[in-house]
Amino acid sequence: MSTGSPKTLFDKIWSDHLVKQRDDGTSLLYIDKHLVHEVTSPQAFEGLKIANRPVRRPSATIAVADHNVPTFNRENIEDEQSRIQVQTLANNTKEHGIEYFELTDQRQGIVHIIGPEQGITQPGMTMVCGDSHTSTHGAFGALAFGIGTSEVEHVLATQTVVQKPAKNMRISVNGALPLGVTSKDLILYIIGKIGTAGGNGHVIEYAGSSLKPLSMESRMTICNMSIEAGARAGLISPDQITFDYLKGRPYAPKEEHWSKALDYWSALPSDTDAYYDKELVINSSEIDPMVTWGTSPEDVMAVSGLVPYSSSAKTENKKKSIERSLEYMGLKSGTKITDIKLDKIFIGSCTNGRIEDLRSVASIVKNKKIASHIEGMIVPGSGLVKKQAEEEGLDVILKAAGFDWREAGCSMCLGMNPDQLKPEERCASTSNRNFEGRQGRGGRTHLMSPELAAASAIKGYITDIRDFV
Amino acid sequence: MDKFITLKGIAAPLPIVNIDTDMIIPKQFLKTIKRTGLGISLFYEMRYDLQGHEIKDFILNTKPFNQSKILVAGDNFGCGSSREHAPWSLKDFGISCIISTSFADIFYNNCFQNGILPIVVSPENSKKLIDFAGDQKEFEIDLPSQNILVEGEKIGFDIEPYRKERLIEGLDDIGITMNYEQSITDYELIQKKDKPWIFKDIE
Repeated sequence: MSTGSPKTLFDKIWSDHLVKQRDDGTSLLYIDKHLVHEVTSPQAFEGLKIANRPVRRPSATIAVADHNVPTFNRENIEDEQSRIQVQTLANNTKEHGIEYFELTDQRQGIVHIIGPEQGITQPGMTMVCGDSHTSTHGAFGALAFGIGTSEVEHVLATQTVVQKPAKNMRISVNGALPLGVTSKDLILYIIGKIGTAGGNGHVIEYAGSSLKPLSMESRMTICNMSIEAGARAGLISPDQITFDYLKGRPYAPKEEHWSKALDYWSALPSDTDAYYDKELVINSSEIDPMVTWGTSPEDVMAVSGLVPYSSSAKTENKKKSIERSLEYMGLKSGTKITDIKLDKIFIGSCTNGRIEDLRSVASIVKNKKIASHIEGMIVPGSGLVKKQAEEEGLDVILKAAGFDWREAGCSMCLGMNPDQLKPEERCASTSNRNFEGRQGRGGRTHLMSPELAAASAIKGYITDIRDFV
Repeated sequence: MDKFITLKGIAAPLPIVNIDTDMIIPKQFLKTIKRTGLGISLFYEMRYDLQGHEIKDFILNTKPFNQSKILVAGDNFGCGSSREHAPWSLKDFGISCIISTSFADIFYNNCFQNGILPIVVSPENSKKLIDFAGDQKEFEIDLPSQNILVEGEKIGFDIEPYRKERLIEGLDDIGITMNYEQSITDYELIQKKDKPWIFKDIE
């Protein structure tokens, strides 16, 4: 790694992956790991075929089907288009010698869950995937971002992407997280504060004392939703918690490579006095358990609050946007958030489908029943998360409480498979997007932490975990 | 890729903020393995009712806006997922220029891969252009001179030179990058020494 002026983690990874600075102002950036799934890759492989181009380095790519897969009865995918798409991925990876985790493989799961779980994701790497939540992997201090299908094809053909350097933004959160506040609340709070375009053109580095004790799972939740703040990537400097998580995982470096990697990783954290284009400092005591009330992740507020009035908007556009959201969500201004009655609960996704999330939910619903009008669904992020949960007996607790216990995949986070909301159904969801129609046409999504979703499942209404006994 | 040099026509106003990629092309249309044929499903939930009938007052269902080649939209257009199906569906509908005060990064980048020109204008100009669009005024987009011409007004815009060149020439990124094959190979060999755990397979 080059020395000289103080550098951010982003600057270090960037300069270490620069293949060529071109005369036209663009940079050719080398990609260490490419993750591929069934939805955004078929057209890329087709493009290669048409141009008669090979995959340049098949071993740098790993593939899995996750977006489109059913979460029950998956031996035969009923939906013909979904089946064809999954089969196309299997065929394409076979043809090009790319490793593919089949649906029957216990390691199958959401691409952003299995990367870290397998130790594929490592500090200092560049990683891409045709999926915006690739930002998740930034929790390890890897520069990871989502790309479109044309870029997927570009990476398959050249193992590089064409980029302009992003700007550096640092968000420091200081102080212990208050009782009932999780990393999900923290990132929702940040998105509410800077807005869904607040991070456009930037890579957000999360720092500060609040983050230091957080587990890798919690850190992933934060980096995951960087894209909802407009940033293509989120980053957290790697530390002992990162290294301990990785050690011994199947794709992590072994033996003499491990110590060499550890030296390299240890030099990655941002230098003191490194320059940031934007800075934001947050005191953790400002943060409450958070819930979205509208149709953009920035439409978020404390669970103890009231549904806002459009007259509170600072601009005419925002006023219209609030009115549109409230109409879609079927909510009246001034209603207490905790008076909002729910129909469904979805626990899962690349944001909150990890073992820690399932443990939290199980601890809250243990020996309790979800409200009689609630349909609750739990979709583990991967086959291995599911297995781990079953070994810990969590599935027994969750099923006894009345939850459906499903197979791994993206599921109702985006509703490409049969798991969808019906029009006007209201759902507490641990996922990442509350866009109109996201979880099903006319469906109404309230984003929140697994803890809040679990308590809300029991009460049948959105519930403040701090009042939940 | 299609070239983009100049474009003339009316523009459809869609002054909603944060139009996300789920709105542009909902999930059920992502099951395709083709790039084409998505235009009919563009803005599906705003454009069709639950029975699949056209919603008459949605702008792209009304004449003459159903023939628009230009869209003038609210702030932060294209936020959300990385789905390139969003620009594919816009292009397939016939739209090859989108004007907004800001775009989400991935969507912005995806546009250029498909011969679509996204133009960033100031909030004042956006308001003006939305009004002109609503009045069915003819827009002329001139990429070489970087101007929007409408009703005697000339509104300039910025674009990075390399993106401009690729649009005007209709160049394919992969073809350009493949000229750097030697640099990529050299890079891998050097990196293998420092990071052998990442480049185990490189000989």
